[in-house]
Amino acid sequence: MNVLLAATAALLFACGTWLVTTRQLSRIVLGIGLLGHGANLLLLLAGRRGSAPVFGTSDPEGFADPLPQALGLTAIVITFGVTLFLLAMAYRSWQLTGRDEVEDDFEDRFVAANTADAAEVDDEEHAVHAIEQEEGA
Amino acid sequence: MTALVVLPILLPLLGAGLSILIGRRALGQRTLSVAVLATIVTLAAVLLVRVDRDGPVVVQAGGWPAPFGISLVADRFAAIMVLVSSAMLLAVMLYAIGQGGVERERVGFHPVYLVLGAGVCLAFLTGDLFTLYVAFEVMLVASYVLITMGGRADQIRAGMTYVVISLIASALFVVALAFVYSATGTINMADLAGKMAELSPGVRTGLSLLLLAVFGVKAALFPLFFWLPDSYPTAPGPVTAIFAGLLTKVGVYAIIRSQLLLFPPDTFPGGLLLVVAGLTMAIGVFGALAQDDVKRILSFHIVSQIGYMVMGLGLYTLAGLAGAVFYIVHHIVVKTALFLMAGLIERRGGSSRLREVGGFVRSAPVLALLFALPALSLAGLPPFSGFVAKFALVQAAIGESQWPILVVSLAVSLLTMLSMTKIWAGVFWYDADDTLVREPDPNERLGGPPLMVFATAAVVLVSVAVMVAAAPLYALAERTAADLLNPAGYVEAVLGTGAGGGAP
Repeated sequence: MNVLLAATAALLFACGTWLVTTRQLSRIVLGIGLLGHGANLLLLLAGRRGSAPVFGTSDPEGFADPLPQALGLTAIVITFGVTLFLLAMAYRSWQLTGRDEVEDDFEDRFVAANTADAAEVDDEEHAVHAIEQEEGA
Repeated sequence: MTALVVLPILLPLLGAGLSILIGRRALGQRTLSVAVLATIVTLAAVLLVRVDRDGPVVVQAGGWPAPFGISLVADRFAAIMVLVSSAMLLAVMLYAIGQGGVERERVGFHPVYLVLGAGVCLAFLTGDLFTLYVAFEVMLVASYVLITMGGRADQIRAGMTYVVISLIASALFVVALAFVYSATGTINMADLAGKMAELSPGVRTGLSLLLLAVFGVKAALFPLFFWLPDSYPTAPGPVTAIFAGLLTKVGVYAIIRSQLLLFPPDTFPGGLLLVVAGLTMAIGVFGALAQDDVKRILSFHIVSQIGYMVMGLGLYTLAGLAGAVFYIVHHIVVKTALFLMAGLIERRGGSSRLREVGGFVRSAPVLALLFALPALSLAGLPPFSGFVAKFALVQAAIGESQWPILVVSLAVSLLTMLSMTKIWAGVFWYDADDTLVREPDPNERLGGPPLMVFATAAVVLVSVAVMVAAAPLYALAERTAADLLNPAGYVEAVLGTGAGGGAP
């Protein structure tokens, strides 16, 4: 059972990592969600398994360790909250740009263009950048 | 005594709630925030004096005994950090009020800012690894909101990177917690100090490196720093200033605390830390040299400066750690001052690009002075606080015969000076290359609204005070370093002698 859960956590991490490395914001949000689930599952696995830890229901020796569960609950709530925030940001990004993608950092290209004179970054992109910034402001 | 430890966390949280109720009433929100933050500064000062005199203060939340409940611990290091941070929180709040802008347009600014303050204080004061995670989250969630406040396209773009990177680091933190708990069965830091020593060196090294990676992201260590110069400059002026001053330093605090308290000295990754420190310094300063925007130059310098603090930790000597503690205090103050200046420059010139502003030394001599002092201090020129901090670290490196890191740190200092000169030349000394974005208002004789300039001046004065009081402060840093190197006092204060399942 523990091996199965650990394998599930590994699978969640693998899928989450892959999704986070893509360029679509919606996939990144899903990826972050999966990563969070994987981590929370591991947290749950950290404690001893056993019966429900309520006094008077069974032998205290056989209780499950309630602490990782409490910690996991806290972590789940936090993951839930930040995922919502991330969704709101992704929506705002889509509203502003009409694209569901991670935007390039223009300032980086600007610096690159300034130092390596007239290298690969052409001035067209600056013009686009300037216009987009004005629209954003 | 216990109130001194609990109130820096509780007051801002209560204040945040009240601030939401007050809502759009500007005067009410402002008075409340300033009152709360000023109270915390006072409490933190009293706390530091008492802790320095009588040893660590411990509060067991809810009355649960140590390894089972949540412990709040104020030792010298934590008390110093709370005091410096709350002072900066107060100054930046005054600055934000002076600026208006985001502080007035968004009702949420005051509550979120106070929550950020609570998160920062909790991160310093907690004696429990999971509560540290919660504190990080409280602080980070508040920072997500602050960094995207305004919802502009560039803010969302930069904020997205920042949020995603932070979330991945948080997921890794939870993984680290799970591993720590399954290996030792406890997450109380003082209890862990004893239980970690029982684990095999392999497991211990794995856990310590995992925690280093997690906190390395938050502290912007090489190679995990790339998000910082990208995201910080897009936030509103006061927000960038408080982020620059505090957030990465919370990461550094967590690195120092976890490496020194949790893990016994035999698996201490000193060599690795020194290599990382050297690369962080060098890459940060090279990044800064390539930039053309005041805020981005300063953001890269945050990365570079983090290297110095980690260098002090990596040396693993009393002198090195004392240098690191002093460096953190110096850096928080100076960096906040410089970013407040960047905000003033942007406000006055309409841009923070070097080529688009200029001639400030004639049109705003007060600003020029307020920039010059922290800039020279950051570069490490005598007699400023940066010189004392760097001198301590260099001396520690010589003591340990760590020549490579010594050479790197001195070379990076020189390059820091060079890029500060670049800002000085671009903004203050010469006229703008391009046409000015905005003609500065000739009626503003101070160079900005009085409250903004006053708040900046206050932070600059604190940095001058750090310089003037360098001797007693360095002595305090040495006592702190001695505590950190010998965590027995901390462990005993939390667990009580012979109580709990403490040291073996």
